Amino acid sequence: MEKRHTVKDHILSVILGILSIAWVYPIFMILFNSLKKETSISTGTAFELPTGESFTGLANYVNALTSKGFLSAFWYSLVITISSVALILICCSMCAWFITRVDAWYSKGLYYLFVFSMVVPFQMLMFTLSATADRLHLSSPYTICVIYLGFGAGLAVFMFCGFMKSIPITIEEAAMIDGCNPIQTFFLVVLPILKPTLISVGILETMWLWNDYLLPYLVLDRTKGYMTIPILIQYFRGSFGKVEMGPMMASIMMNIIPIIIVYLLCQKHIIKGVAAGAVKG
Amino acid sequence: MEKAIKKYWPVFVLPTFAAFIIGFVWPFLQGLYLSFCKFITIDKASFNGLKNYIFALTEADFLHAFWFTALFTVVSTLCINAAALAIALALTREIKGTNLFRSVFFMPNLIGGIVLGYIWNILLNCVLTLLGKPLLSLHAPYGFIGLVILMCWQQIGYMMIIYIAGLQSIPGDYLEAARIDGANERQILWKVKLPNLMPSITICLFLSLTNGFKLFDQNLALTGGDPAHKTEMLALNIYQTFYGRSGPQWKGYGQAKAVIFCVLVIVISLCQLRATRSKEVQQ
Repeated sequence: MEKRHTVKDHILSVILGILSIAWVYPIFMILFNSLKKETSISTGTAFELPTGESFTGLANYVNALTSKGFLSAFWYSLVITISSVALILICCSMCAWFITRVDAWYSKGLYYLFVFSMVVPFQMLMFTLSATADRLHLSSPYTICVIYLGFGAGLAVFMFCGFMKSIPITIEEAAMIDGCNPIQTFFLVVLPILKPTLISVGILETMWLWNDYLLPYLVLDRTKGYMTIPILIQYFRGSFGKVEMGPMMASIMMNIIPIIIVYLLCQKHIIKGVAAGAVKG
Repeated sequence: MEKAIKKYWPVFVLPTFAAFIIGFVWPFLQGLYLSFCKFITIDKASFNGLKNYIFALTEADFLHAFWFTALFTVVSTLCINAAALAIALALTREIKGTNLFRSVFFMPNLIGGIVLGYIWNILLNCVLTLLGKPLLSLHAPYGFIGLVILMCWQQIGYMMIIYIAGLQSIPGDYLEAARIDGANERQILWKVKLPNLMPSITICLFLSLTNGFKLFDQNLALTGGDPAHKTEMLALNIYQTFYGRSGPQWKGYGQAKAVIFCVLVIVISLCQLRATRSKEVQQ
């Protein structure tokens, strides 16, 4: 049945069009402000486009990259996100497989414990968690993934369990009869079937990790200069004295640009992942 | 097969479980214990009974933060879900540009709370300056409205995706049968689409309620609790009690507040799930 476009549909298109321009406007505003001179950025003039006088090209970007520690923050953010997501995907899918395939009191108990951990707000553990991380020497960007695995396990295990239930057990049994041990069965049979779920969970965890502020802020050892991008941006504002608006705007843009590129490249997966995650949640 | 898997538990469960103990179970239990103590560092904690709780429940700032958070959560949940549902209904009519609109509306979700907070801080302050009104951090009602706008901008896209998925999973037969029976658009919406959408509504309400209640990054970046803690939400209030004050008693108070906060979030989640689950229909 081919749909006819009525007048109402066209009006709706126009309204949504205007709304979506309003939706992207804030990002454009940051973009053109990041191209202005430091002195031309103020609360009253944020809506003005850069003119010949106030335009500085990429000076703010150069400043943020060279003298404000943006590169190292970017690197640490990248390291933390990639290592944590990889660890969460592998460990939690294995754990979820065990929980769904072993029918015992402890696997049920573990499952409910993971679900419980999803609801608990971070403020409940922030002080004790950062102290624990400190004591176990997990407060560097290369080891913080252990903390993330522990704190982020709830959502991942929960989602994996939801999908795992729909995988027919007969395939795994066939693999075992053919002589696979459980490890081989998992990596050669279960994991490939799980690929769409891995992508969904990976996307949700990446969205959370890349933007997470409070956990790395409290856990990472800042005396050694470990910062992620959200911490750096907060640092521009939170530190005493004058707020350096120019480099801050540039840093915000450089935080957003990779996200938008990734979003444009794998939009389909991201939107599917969100929808799938919600249905199971 | 089960027996074979059981034998391999150190491989399958142990890494996650060990990290879970470090990252959740142990800090959680320790936090629970410390909420009854007076402490600066964990090693030097002295038992304090219920004093922390009594303080927390009588502190004016904390109570204000509670009501502020509750009001914010209700207002933002209603705005987000109403708008997201409306947009989802519009985008499932197969109008022109559906994919583009969907992409645009979803995008703010990918940007983190701190960054979003600053973007809106700059934008809203500019609007207020041009109107000759006090800035966000000087006038609490504006701070409240700013937070609601910010949350709407961020969350509508996410909820919209869930509603679209829900709408698309309603079998076409239902709509067709309703049309043949002579139902008009409004009747179809209220009698067919919405009842079948209840699972999505449950999820979205759950997510927006808990997100609103647990909000921290956006609050910190947009207003920072100014003026005078008037726009401080619970999470930020707890954070400030922990790290914004000096004195041996504050960390204990903060931990007690955190336990109260945690119980609140759990109770709200359970009540909400029970209330809307009962309204779901079987397909």
